[in-house]
Parts: sequence; C-alpha cells; structure tokens
Amino acid sequence: MITLIWLELQKMFKKWRTYIGFIAIGLLTLIVQLALYFTGQKMIDSQLRSFEQSFIVVGNLFNGYFIAHLILGALIIHVPFLIVLVGGDLLAGEATAGTYRMLLTRPASRLQVVTAKFIAGLIYVVVLLVWLAFLSIGVSLIIFGSGPLLSFGGGGIVIIAENDILWRFLGAFAFAVLSMTTVICFAILFSSLVQNAIGPIVSTMALIFILLILSALPVEFLQNLRPYFFTSHMFQWDGFFRDPVDYSDILNSTWILLGHIAGLYLITTYIFIKKDILS
Amino acid sequence: MLNSEQVIEVRGLTKKFGSLTAVNNLDLNVYRGDVFGFLGPNGAGKSTTIRMLLSLIKPTSGEMKIFGKSITKNRKEIFSKIGAIVEKPDFYLYLSAYKNLEILGKLSGTDTSKKKIMDMLELVGLEKRYKSKVKTYSHGMKQRLGLAQALLHDPELIILDEPTTGLDPQGMKEIRDLIIYLSREKGKTIFLSSHILHEVELIATRMIIISKGTTQVEGTVEELLKSEKVVVTFEVDKIEDAMRTVNESKWKGNFKSISKSEINFELTKNEIALLNKYLIEKGILVSAVVPVRSLEDYFLRITEGGAK
Repeated sequence: MITLIWLELQKMFKKWRTYIGFIAIGLLTLIVQLALYFTGQKMIDSQLRSFEQSFIVVGNLFNGYFIAHLILGALIIHVPFLIVLVGGDLLAGEATAGTYRMLLTRPASRLQVVTAKFIAGLIYVVVLLVWLAFLSIGVSLIIFGSGPLLSFGGGGIVIIAENDILWRFLGAFAFAVLSMTTVICFAILFSSLVQNAIGPIVSTMALIFILLILSALPVEFLQNLRPYFFTSHMFQWDGFFRDPVDYSDILNSTWILLGHIAGLYLITTYIFIKKDILS
Repeated sequence: MLNSEQVIEVRGLTKKFGSLTAVNNLDLNVYRGDVFGFLGPNGAGKSTTIRMLLSLIKPTSGEMKIFGKSITKNRKEIFSKIGAIVEKPDFYLYLSAYKNLEILGKLSGTDTSKKKIMDMLELVGLEKRYKSKVKTYSHGMKQRLGLAQALLHDPELIILDEPTTGLDPQGMKEIRDLIIYLSREKGKTIFLSSHILHEVELIATRMIIISKGTTQVEGTVEELLKSEKVVVTFEVDKIEDAMRTVNESKWKGNFKSISKSEINFELTKNEIALLNKYLIEKGILVSAVVPVRSLEDYFLRITEGGAK
C-alpha cells in the first residue's frame, strides 16, 4: 500500500497542474503581503479608530499573525478551486490517458488503487495547506514581526495574546485540511464517473458555488437546509479565533465533514470496483 | 498442445452491454507453452474477452480460471505472473520510458533496479531513448515499450493484443522473433490476439477463431489447416502438356484455373506434394509451387459463417 501511495505521489508531482495551486497561493500571498506592507497600517488604524476612543491599544497589532489570519480568511475560500484541479484528475486522468489498462492489470486490487489515490489526494491537501501556512504565518512573521492577534470575526473584536495564538492556527489549519479533504473527495467521486478530468473539476466547482449561493439566499426554506450543506461547515476554522472557542460547533462540523469524507470514499470505491474499464 | 497443464480455462463466458452481446458462451483452453492465436474480425469480442481475462471488465456470466485458480479470489498471485498489452499500449506521457517502467515494475512487485530496466529497454531497442518522455515516442516505440512493461516482471503468461500494430516490417519481424524466443527458449505461454493472420500462422501453436462473440473453431494451426483446401499455383514449363496430363488424371477435379504459365489447383496440404510428384514423373518441369490461400481464406470462410 505504501508503494502504491508513493507511486501515486510521484505521478501527481510530475504533473505540472499539481503546482498550479502552489504557484497561485505563492503569488496571492506575496501580493497581499506587499499590499499590506505599504497600506496595511492605514487600514488597521481606520478600523481601530472607534475602538481607541474606549481603550488604550498598546503593542504591535499590525503583525505577522494578523496578516496570516487575514490571508487565511481571504484565500481559504479559493483553495477548493485549486484542489479540484488535482482531485478531478486523479481517476479521470488515468481514463483519459488509457493507463487504467496498465494500472489495473497489476497485482494490486482496485480497492488498494482507489485508496492509494484518496490518500495521495489527502497528502496533496496537507502539503498545499502547509505551504499556505508557511507563507502566511512564517513569511508574515518575518516581514511584519510578532504580537497579539486582532480578530474581527464573530461579530466583535477579539485580541488574543501572543502566547495563545499558535495552537489556534494549528487548529485552524487542521480544520482546513478536513474541509479541503471533503472537497477533494467530491472531486475524486466525480472523477470516478467520467473519462475526462474537465468534468469532475467543473462539477465540483459548480457544486461548491451552488451550495454557497443557496446558503447565502435569505429564504427560510434554504436557511433550514443550510446545516446539511457541507459548505456551511467548511469555514468553521475561524472558530479557533473566537474567545472562548466554541468547541461544540467545531466538533459538530468536524463530524459532519468526516461523515462526508467516509461516505464519498465508500461511494467512490463501490463505483470504481464495479466499473468496466472500456477506455 | 505442448503440455496438458491448463494456464487459461474459460467456460461459458458471456458479456452483455445492454442488449448487445459482445461475448456469448465462449470456451477457451490455453495450455502451458502454447503460443495461442486468438483470431476474429473486428467486433468479434476479442478485446472484450481479453479485458475480462484481465479483470478490466466484469463478465455477465461464465467462469474463468488462470493457472487453475479463480481470478477474483487469487488476484495478487495470478496477476504477478501475467504480463499484458491490451489494445494500444498507453503510458504516462509526461514521464520518461524509464520512469514508466519503474512505476509499472513496482506495481508488479518486481525488481526495478536500473540494470533490470535498462536490460528490458535494450531488449526492445529503446535503450538510447530511455530518458525521453513517452509523449515524444512514435506509435511503434510505444508498442515496443508496451512489450517491455509486459515482460519486465518475467511473467509466465503473456497476453498480447495486437502487439505488432503500428510497427514497420522490420519491427514486426523482431516482435515475432521475440515471441518465438519467449515461447521456445523461455517456456512462456503466450496468448496472442492479432488481425494479421499470417503472423498467427507463423508463430501460433494453437488457435481459436471467434465471430460474433462465439467460438467457431479451436485447435492446433496444423490440424485446422491440414484438411483445409488451399488454392495452389503451379508454375510449369509446358502449360499445354501439363493441362493434358492433368485432364487425363484424377487431379482433373482439383483444377481451378489457368493463365499464361500457371495452373491453379484446389488442394489439401498433403495433395500439394503428391500432385507435384505426379507432374514431375510425367515430364512436366515445375518451377514454383505457390499456395495462395491459407489461414486468411480459412478465417474468412469461418467468420463469414461458412462450414466448419
């Protein structure tokens, strides 16, 4: 199994489309950091103006953690669209290339093959998010320095002490891995149904768009359905930056996303095992 | 039959795609050491059968055993002993030939040392292009690489679906020679599907002809062709004397047609030698005996629904 996963990763990282996500995140983070480096202080001053009338603000609030939180919030909604480029290709890419015939006439079973692809997909998600974490936290800390984290989420302003921040980022990124794994699982499921990677990429993107739009519409019926949309739970990572952290919400979303991942894996495996390879 | 040990045993194999029956109640027997020719016109069900043998598609009904064991229950053991090319060989185009073989070798659980891979590439004549990405390869080169991946893990059974497609005559001969070498020197069992009937005639020990998904004939190539009448052209020096001699003999019934210096007869393989001897004894100089009908005609007759 380890060999299979290793081979999947080799194939994945030899394709240039795999690096689109890394390049896009690298560029976007750099642009945001540059923009904030030159204009960010003004932005934070204007946001804190009313706040400063009641409180005395000491220390460096415009720091690496603040930038990292800002970047994470801005980019995490776009990361799914980068992830599906790889996920959509995992199975359909083999069908397009005709390599199923080589791959599936080897001793490894289809269950092992599809499991290896899921695990390779998960590893890709982790590596991509570690890259995002490195750029957003690591590079931001180098450029902007350290300090307490000012967070505007949850309908108010929260300031988190410097020694209380890092674990929250760890939790947020771990949750983001879960969210993005759900996305890549959808892409792999769609990828198992077709012979071309374009279909699963577009389908997964369309699914996310549709669910996000439906969630946003102020219609009671749709609002009642909202908790059942996986997209409603994808952004729970920000819960780690509340004070106090509402673990019940995070745990509830975690179970829902884990359920999605397990369900999507089982459905994909069933389809893949039953599939006639006609390509 | 070189050996009585059955390597492939298929009984009542059927595959339906909706209302279309691609393979209908097919039986197959391939024995150890066979070069088994698998013949049939386009759409006869050859590739579907091969895909079922390799578990790429699921049969609607029927039983398949390879090395005496069920494929579904003994997949790992069976597939580690099979090498295959299914239709055209496709590879990871963005990888080099070497990397492709390394990946496929590892999937087969075989030694993927540089020496082993380079030896295999040398065997198929691709050692100088081992670093090139497969997307830069011609169809013939991919076909050779297909053979290399099929042989890399030293399989006991080699399933080849149209292995010489896209090769030039020299390449075709090299592959034919390689198949003969693998069979005779290495004792491999070879299941060869080909539309080039002459190729099967040259290298196969046993064969099956299928049409519309069902078996038409099965047996050794020699047995099947022995009783089959072949049109043979005799080139003779004195055409009129030769015709008179033929008309006065029992060979009159075998006469088909005549041209400037050639007479065509319809004969069995054994009769060719007897007629040749008869003409020489009657003072007719025979300068050439050319069979113009062989497996190809036999194949056409069988698949067009003629007599078995």
